[in-house]
Amino acid sequence: MHGDGAKAYPVVGLTWLVLIIAAGVVVVIGILLAIAVFRRRNITPLLLDEKMPLSHPVATSWITIGVAISSVLLLIALVWTAVVFADISNPPRKTAFTIEITGHQWWWQVRYMGHSSDTILSTANEIHIPTGVPVKLELKTADVIHSFWIPALSGKMDTIPNQTNTTWIEADKPGIYYGQCTEYCGVEHAKMRMLMVAQPPAEFQQWWRHSLQPATPPKADDARQGMISFVVHCGSCHTVAGTDAMGVLGPDLSHLASRKMIAAGTIPNTPAYLSGWIADPQAMKPGNLMPKLELTGPELANIRTYLETLK
Amino acid sequence: MSDAAMTRPIAVGAIDTRAVGWWAMWFLVFTEASLFAYLLFSYYYFASQAQTIGDFPPGGPPSITLAAPDTVILLLSSVAVSWGQFNIKHSHNRRLLFGLGLGAILGIIFLVVQYFEWSEKTFNISSHAYGSLYFTITGFHMAHVFVGVLILIWLFIWSWRGYFNRVRYAHIHIGALYWHFVDVVWLFIFFTFYITPRLT
Amino acid sequence: MADIYERAPRFAAEDYESSWADKLKKIWEGEPGLYGWISTVDHKKLGIRYLVTAFVFLIIGGIEALIFRLQLSVPNAHILTPEQYDQLFSEHGITMIFLYALPVLTGFSVYIWPLLLGARDLALPRLNAFTYWVFLLAGIFMYVGLAQGAGANDGWFNYVPYAERQFNGGPNIDYYALGMIFLGISTTGASINFVVTFLRLRAPGMSINRVPIMIWGTLTSSAANILAVPSVSLAFFLLWLDRNYGTHFFNVDSSGQPLLWQHLFWMFAHPWVYVIVLPAMGIVSDALPVFCRRPLVGYAAVALATVATMVLGFGVWVHHMFATGLAPAALAYFSAASLIIAIPSAISVFAWLATIWTGRPVTTTAFYFFAGFVLLFVIGGVSGFMTASVPADWQFTDTYFVVAHIHYVLIGINVFPVVGGIYFWFPKMTGRLMNERLGKWNFWIMFIGFNLGFFPMHISGLLGMPRRVYTYSANEGWTALNMITTIGSYIFAFGILLLLINIFISRRRGRLAGPNPWDAGTLEWSTPSPPPPYNFAVIPTVASRHPLWEDRLGEPGRTFENKGLLLDHGKETIGTDPLDATPNVILKMPEDTPTPLVLSLAMMAFFFGMLVHSWAVMIVSLLVIGGSVVVWLWPRPELGETAEPADV
Repeated sequence: MHGDGAKAYPVVGLTWLVLIIAAGVVVVIGILLAIAVFRRRNITPLLLDEKMPLSHPVATSWITIGVAISSVLLLIALVWTAVVFADISNPPRKTAFTIEITGHQWWWQVRYMGHSSDTILSTANEIHIPTGVPVKLELKTADVIHSFWIPALSGKMDTIPNQTNTTWIEADKPGIYYGQCTEYCGVEHAKMRMLMVAQPPAEFQQWWRHSLQPATPPKADDARQGMISFVVHCGSCHTVAGTDAMGVLGPDLSHLASRKMIAAGTIPNTPAYLSGWIADPQAMKPGNLMPKLELTGPELANIRTYLETLK
Repeated sequence: MSDAAMTRPIAVGAIDTRAVGWWAMWFLVFTEASLFAYLLFSYYYFASQAQTIGDFPPGGPPSITLAAPDTVILLLSSVAVSWGQFNIKHSHNRRLLFGLGLGAILGIIFLVVQYFEWSEKTFNISSHAYGSLYFTITGFHMAHVFVGVLILIWLFIWSWRGYFNRVRYAHIHIGALYWHFVDVVWLFIFFTFYITPRLT
Repeated sequence: MADIYERAPRFAAEDYESSWADKLKKIWEGEPGLYGWISTVDHKKLGIRYLVTAFVFLIIGGIEALIFRLQLSVPNAHILTPEQYDQLFSEHGITMIFLYALPVLTGFSVYIWPLLLGARDLALPRLNAFTYWVFLLAGIFMYVGLAQGAGANDGWFNYVPYAERQFNGGPNIDYYALGMIFLGISTTGASINFVVTFLRLRAPGMSINRVPIMIWGTLTSSAANILAVPSVSLAFFLLWLDRNYGTHFFNVDSSGQPLLWQHLFWMFAHPWVYVIVLPAMGIVSDALPVFCRRPLVGYAAVALATVATMVLGFGVWVHHMFATGLAPAALAYFSAASLIIAIPSAISVFAWLATIWTGRPVTTTAFYFFAGFVLLFVIGGVSGFMTASVPADWQFTDTYFVVAHIHYVLIGINVFPVVGGIYFWFPKMTGRLMNERLGKWNFWIMFIGFNLGFFPMHISGLLGMPRRVYTYSANEGWTALNMITTIGSYIFAFGILLLLINIFISRRRGRLAGPNPWDAGTLEWSTPSPPPPYNFAVIPTVASRHPLWEDRLGEPGRTFENKGLLLDHGKETIGTDPLDATPNVILKMPEDTPTPLVLSLAMMAFFFGMLVHSWAVMIVSLLVIGGSVVVWLWPRPELGETAEPADV
């Protein structure tokens, strides 16, 4: 019921329209019903006691008038729906670029499609967009059907296997917009969320350029140890650009430390939570596909320290 | 409604198209026809996605060398059963027996030919989508033919025992209705699998 | 020769006290004891059995909901694991939608149809017993899965590819798939039975403009089932093949089409929504006027609206798929169609309103439920109207807004009329009235609990709460709403408990009802309460829409309430012409038989054989199935099926 972009405004208006029509109909019918019941209420407790005379005025005009009014309301809703539908089908301006978003059980893979393969930027669960420009989204899935939804910016669009659905999105104001999977997709459907970070274009450009850089190798000893452990234990599923960790089963962690949340937008990215998550992902998100690894205390601490360097 | 209208003599029991079973069979046929409609809908749904799933059917349209004569056999069996139905209305029980028997034999021949058609295929039910559709849809139909043959055989046994005559023959008409349905629905399947791929 | 197969029935007056009635009772009465219980084909016993079984499933489904509402009452609760939650919400939906909502209406129809139509049973009494047993056994089949920890876990609409073996390894979905195919046999069989009964067993003179609206509702639902159920049975069968034999219908690794599942499922399931409300709306259209002391306003309009809803209902399935990326033209068409379908519903609402407005309402408990239903119908209707608007639906779909909508439809338009129907027909079924004082409490607690529990779901949906989440975090702003919803659902459950208590008490101690406690106008109220095994001493000749109100309405013609056709050469009823209901055959009705039970047990064994891939079990059960069918259909002289003339 609240929108912040070219695609959201007309829908908010339409939603209010149908909501007001709906509420109006309920109130009017409710009042009519109450009057009808109390108007000539029969106080006889039970019919058994007295046989009531029957009389039945013809009252079919109720149906005629009622249906006529309903039809007018439906027509208004229909026209408005068509107008809004046409309005949001295509972005008002040319889209700036394309983001490919792929649903996974239970996280979102995000790829900014640059002009060449070198400039494709991979990240996960946190989608940055510039304000004031429409962005094209290509929605795919790696496994089952998910549904992409950022309530304040865009309605839902499913991700269907063997199919690419396209839509667009635009945010007017800078801010963080939450979104989530809305098509039931398995045990952790509830914890498949995402963030959309809308930034002024200049800030966005800066983020984009920074994010394209590979990770700088850490200098501190513990973090270096952490990097080695990370590549050994985590590298077959996760990628950190510029290292030997090149797995693709889990989210890309190249700039993990710059993200606000972990575990698909469900847990704040603080050192304590991050440690807890690495130590036992199944405790926080039971059934998710990241296994609990048998790490020693120092290994765990080092990996965490390393991950925190990935600004 | 006058008293006189209520007290004229009327038939008792399962009589021609007044038997409730005859009506029930019609609605069973409707629901079965819907089932085949949904099966064929699935086929056409896949066919319409050919640009994403590749050749459909893979390797071009299937050969009609066996399927076309088999279709004729199935239609002839319906003719035989109809002939039997016509004759029991005149209490010609032997002709009924002949019609039912011939219908059942032709039905069995259809199944045998279908068996050869199946064994000639170079793919199986799990090879690709077309294979899944082909074997599922024709398999559904063969199961129906099989049940239809069983019905004809039982009708034959009951007729043999002299259960039916020119008034009491509802069982024959009800069973035959099912058999005609099984034959007619084959025409749609034949058209879908063997004719439509040649139309494009 | 032909005349040995004919008879002129006597036409006279007889009542329920005469020696005539004793004779009929001996003919129609079933055997006592266990054998009588398993072999009965009496529609009244089977109807009550349907109702009781459906209520047991309602209670089971309700308990499931009460458990997972605890999990959702506070953020980040740990009462259930995600897997337990998923099985519970899936089984809750499946139970309520498939094992309660239609079977309960089928129960009413099985019980009341022959009485409304002036017949002595449904057209196919053995089929009636068979469809009951299949319903029961299919329900048990699915619950065997849950009992071994393998309940369905992909929601009631079971989207692929999550339902495929690749993502869902256990037998969970196999139980659901096979159970649904099994249940579909029951639904289809019962539907065929109703349609044939409508066409052939209406009492003489009951032309189609004289049948009660409830008949139209069940008839329309049945016709829809005959066309739509094969779609879902097929979808589940193809899924089962995918999961067990490596076919490629819906899987993702090669050329499978996950959206085909959605088409096949919703082509069935959208009509199904109307299937489970139209007979309930019919109950209201027939019973509400009784308490308004007048006939229904706009009979023809309401009857046509019932049929029109279903016809349109076949053309709107894609509105469940607005977010799947279909072509804009398709979305526009289905959006418009989904808005237009509101018009027949509007016709019914205004007909009910006008009936109350121009009547003299008698505020019995049943009336409370029907009047409450009208309001809930409107709320459930307008939230459906809102979701028909595509761009708005992109916000509403798959959130708690839709959960609220489906519950206003299913509880508001199914449970409320059903409970009203129980208060209305309980005296007919048992001979005793239910307690009105407890009934009023029953109504208010259910009504308040329901709205308290389910109205806030609209708001949590608008605030963005997605459906099917096992938990949520505290900072979403959904916490208070969910707590209210949980409290409301418990209050509602307490209301249902009061209903059960009332039934239990009134069954023994309720006031005696007599034949027609509500002074109602339709045929069922002309029989004693409860009706004798043969229903009608003589088959009435119907002359108007309200045979018992003719004097006061000044309707043309007179139904000969007691003068009618005397049929007593064994179990007999009259078969009439489908259009104008003139008698054209005396139908011989079957005796009690255990064959339907044997057949349905063999089918259950067959489905278990499919589940565990045991060819031996499948073949043995197929032989039993074939044998029972042959026994069932064997031509019998006493049913007038063979050349040998029966007792004509």
